[in-house]
Amino acid sequence: MTTVAAHPLAPEARSVGVRDLAWLIGSLLLVAAPHALRAPWWLTLLTLCLFAWRFRYSLNRAPLPARWLVIGVAALAMLGVWMEYRTLFGRGPGIILLVLFAGLKLLETRTHRDAAVAAFLGYFLIITNFLYTQSIPTAALMGAALFALTATLIGFSAPQRSLRANLRTTGLLLAHAAPAALVLFLLFPRVQGPLWGLPQDAYTGMTGLSESMSPGNLSSLAQSDAIAFRAEFEGGPPPHAQRYWRGPVLWDFDGRTWTVMPVLLKTFAPPQGGERYRYDILLEPHNRPWLFALESAASLPDRSRMTRDGQLLALAPVRARLRYEASSIVDPDADAQEDARLLLRGRRLPAGTNPRATALAAEWRAASASDSEVLARAIGFLREGRYTYTLEPPLLGVHTVDDFLFGTKEGFCEHFSSAFVFLMRAAGLPARVVTGYQGGELNSVDRIITVRQSDAHAWAEVFLAGRGWVRVDPTAAAVPGRVEMGLARAVPQTEGLSLMMREPLEWLRGARDRWEALAHRWNVWVLGYNPERQRDLMSLVGMRDADWRSLTATLFTVLGLMTLLLLAWSLGRLVRPDPVQRAWRAFCRKLAARGVERSLHEGPRDYASRAARALPASRRAILRIGVQYIRLRYGARASRPGMARLRRMVRELRLT
Amino acid sequence: MEDPLEVRRAHHMIGALLERRPRLANWIYGFTPPERGVVVLVHRRVYIVPARLGWMFGATLALLLVGSINYAIALGFALTFLLAGLGLAGMVHTARNLARIAVSAGRAEPVFAGEAAQFRLYLDGRAAHDRPAILARHIASGSQMVVDVPGSGAAEVVLAVPAARRGWLPLGRAMLETRFPLGLFRAWSYVEPDARCLVYPKPERSALPAQSAEAESGGLRSPTPGNDDFAGLRNYQPADSPRHVAWKAVARTDEMLTKQFTGEAAAELWLDWRLLPPGAGLERRLSLLAGWVLAAERGGARYGLRLPGVEIPPGRGDTHCGAVLQALALYHAPASSPASRAP
Repeated sequence: MTTVAAHPLAPEARSVGVRDLAWLIGSLLLVAAPHALRAPWWLTLLTLCLFAWRFRYSLNRAPLPARWLVIGVAALAMLGVWMEYRTLFGRGPGIILLVLFAGLKLLETRTHRDAAVAAFLGYFLIITNFLYTQSIPTAALMGAALFALTATLIGFSAPQRSLRANLRTTGLLLAHAAPAALVLFLLFPRVQGPLWGLPQDAYTGMTGLSESMSPGNLSSLAQSDAIAFRAEFEGGPPPHAQRYWRGPVLWDFDGRTWTVMPVLLKTFAPPQGGERYRYDILLEPHNRPWLFALESAASLPDRSRMTRDGQLLALAPVRARLRYEASSIVDPDADAQEDARLLLRGRRLPAGTNPRATALAAEWRAASASDSEVLARAIGFLREGRYTYTLEPPLLGVHTVDDFLFGTKEGFCEHFSSAFVFLMRAAGLPARVVTGYQGGELNSVDRIITVRQSDAHAWAEVFLAGRGWVRVDPTAAAVPGRVEMGLARAVPQTEGLSLMMREPLEWLRGARDRWEALAHRWNVWVLGYNPERQRDLMSLVGMRDADWRSLTATLFTVLGLMTLLLLAWSLGRLVRPDPVQRAWRAFCRKLAARGVERSLHEGPRDYASRAARALPASRRAILRIGVQYIRLRYGARASRPGMARLRRMVRELRLT
Repeated sequence: MEDPLEVRRAHHMIGALLERRPRLANWIYGFTPPERGVVVLVHRRVYIVPARLGWMFGATLALLLVGSINYAIALGFALTFLLAGLGLAGMVHTARNLARIAVSAGRAEPVFAGEAAQFRLYLDGRAAHDRPAILARHIASGSQMVVDVPGSGAAEVVLAVPAARRGWLPLGRAMLETRFPLGLFRAWSYVEPDARCLVYPKPERSALPAQSAEAESGGLRSPTPGNDDFAGLRNYQPADSPRHVAWKAVARTDEMLTKQFTGEAAAELWLDWRLLPPGAGLERRLSLLAGWVLAAERGGARYGLRLPGVEIPPGRGDTHCGAVLQALALYHAPASSPASRAP
């Protein structure tokens, strides 16, 4: 141990070449590309400049910029991020800073060690993309980025090797990693996050119904093509007109806005009669606690509760895609029980608003013998009223109901339901607004119903003595097409519906159906794999009540077996000599069994002639094998038939 | 990383234990006595530990896992686990990159003491795949080289090992190391092929013995005339015969000068132990003799060697030169001590 030389394989002793750097920058760009959609333009530009700057240094073989310069750029960039977001923490700015740091890290990357750290940072940046979307295209892009990063790492280990060979090694490594990854994915004990509080902006961008409804907010939601949830029915689904997915129930009206009442739970008593449907729902996160079920829910999904007004609630806001089993009864038997205080609340109205509507309701009341008659008059009024269903209703004044009913006569479902419930209450009937979704589109490929935000709907419930709460859809009364056929046919074509919802593009919808069927399977099997599904899977293979301990034990057993298999593979590939050599060894063994052992220094020609002398009976065969072996082993090229002949000759050699 | 056995640095306590128990170390590290012929590095002899990058990779994985759990990102889990699988596969591949390489030693050309012996190792891939970036390092000297070993066929590694003393220089222990493909793991193996290099005594230049030395020693007189033709003067060297000292010139210039004669090339001379300056030690004498051999060979003379107990008849040419130098190298040579027996 006299000389101390730099270790030529140690990454800190190897400087980064142009090819290494090009790969690193390329794969980092791939990882960071989707963030460009979300970052302010100047940050994207700055990051690109940082990459280009570093690459220029490499091409010119110039020494890297001084440290103070890099620190200066870092400080400026952080200042910029702060100006843009007014904070350095939280999801958005945090990720932007990470991308920036990747660029800055490159500026001080001299050795393979630095470059490898940058590549690891790249691996980490992959996951930041998944915070925004985990769709199939994103997964595919990030898969490509993962491949590129891995190829980059391999390039660091063997900078002189051909690119093709390195890419082949990358593919082989990833192919070997995949089974282990699958096992880990399925068996790694899953815990329900989060482990600590998340930044405030973690759940922005989730759309859905809210706790309140005022003119305009449902119609703006209805212009979104985003998926609210998907439902997969065991048998066939009920017809379109009966698919009312119940959401928040709104009780309190201030003249403009309807809001929910404080949560009142009830012990769940399933409704009776009617037609029963069983289905699974895959709910997109919407950052609110409510779960959706077809009216009327006949069972409680796991870990959920039901309110007095028939609304399903999860224990916590739904912030990850959630799958639950549900069953419902369409048209159940009447349940005429209701708390008197709630009925009182269902009649309450803000004083002094909408005088014309109030007067009209009083007129109906006076002319009617029963509640049902009042109801019939109201429905008839809407049906005859020549109302227009539109996504872009005109603005309303102070008396929103009066303005809509007698003035503009144009509205969306929130206008209809709001006006209707107002009229009912003014006539003395307990009524409430129910929001949720109506209909949903049946995918022709996988028979799954997709409910979008554009299916958001609001209807009414009226309490009739002896019949309980009865659903009335004023929109359906005024504009029958909405509920029968869906929004697209009810609204004039010129209005701002998303492209896909318009009629003539049927072929496009077919393609979309197929794509969404695939996306649904992806959502269910990949993204929706959670502790419950893990338990299901384990009980499928016979492990009931698998806890984390048994999961870990299984995991390590399977992983260990797989590593052994991989090791056996690597051994097998190595130990196996080529067929010529195998045949020759078999020949040597045969001769050795007859006492003619080959000594180490003996070449094949000498050995064969010695063996031929020792075993004169098989002289010819032995010599021919020797000649054939020499021809194959040392000849210009080994032919396949030649190998087969050698093997046959050795096999048929009988030494007597 | 400079320590060839850096593992030990990582495990000081184990290191101390192994220091005290060389046999245990031999067993653990698979140190073997020098092996003849082709040495195949079977899996048992390949050691593997995570490299520093491997630990950093592990830390990245931990971060990814925590992030995935916290934000409940399904694809984050998928990414984390794919990377974990990648680490696992990388480990097997790193070991595979080294395992079952066949190491054989080539011939090392003799060198003079003070030079570096060029040991050649042949690393034969013997596999369907190539084995890139394999480091071969001579442990005692630190001499090292990185080669790409092809799947079929061998790569040559030249390890320059300083030859301090004449005699046989054994190669000693070498280490093969690789971090391919991901650099996350470091696999290594020790090998000590039974290779040795002949080290001639370090030649010391001096004037060849004069013609008369031949007469004295009873050598054959050269038939070529003009042996004694005076050719010029050169600086005196301690081994010069006093008869050749240009005493007149010495008196004139106070400088020791030696007369040189043409025709020595054609001479046949005996390089005789007894012609060496008395009082010089064994090594010194051999060095002087080696210098004479080189000078004689260069001059084209036929020369023989005479040592106590050894006599090589005169001759010339590379083979003869080599034989004479070998006799000098091995004359009462100290027992060859392996350069690195203990780890």
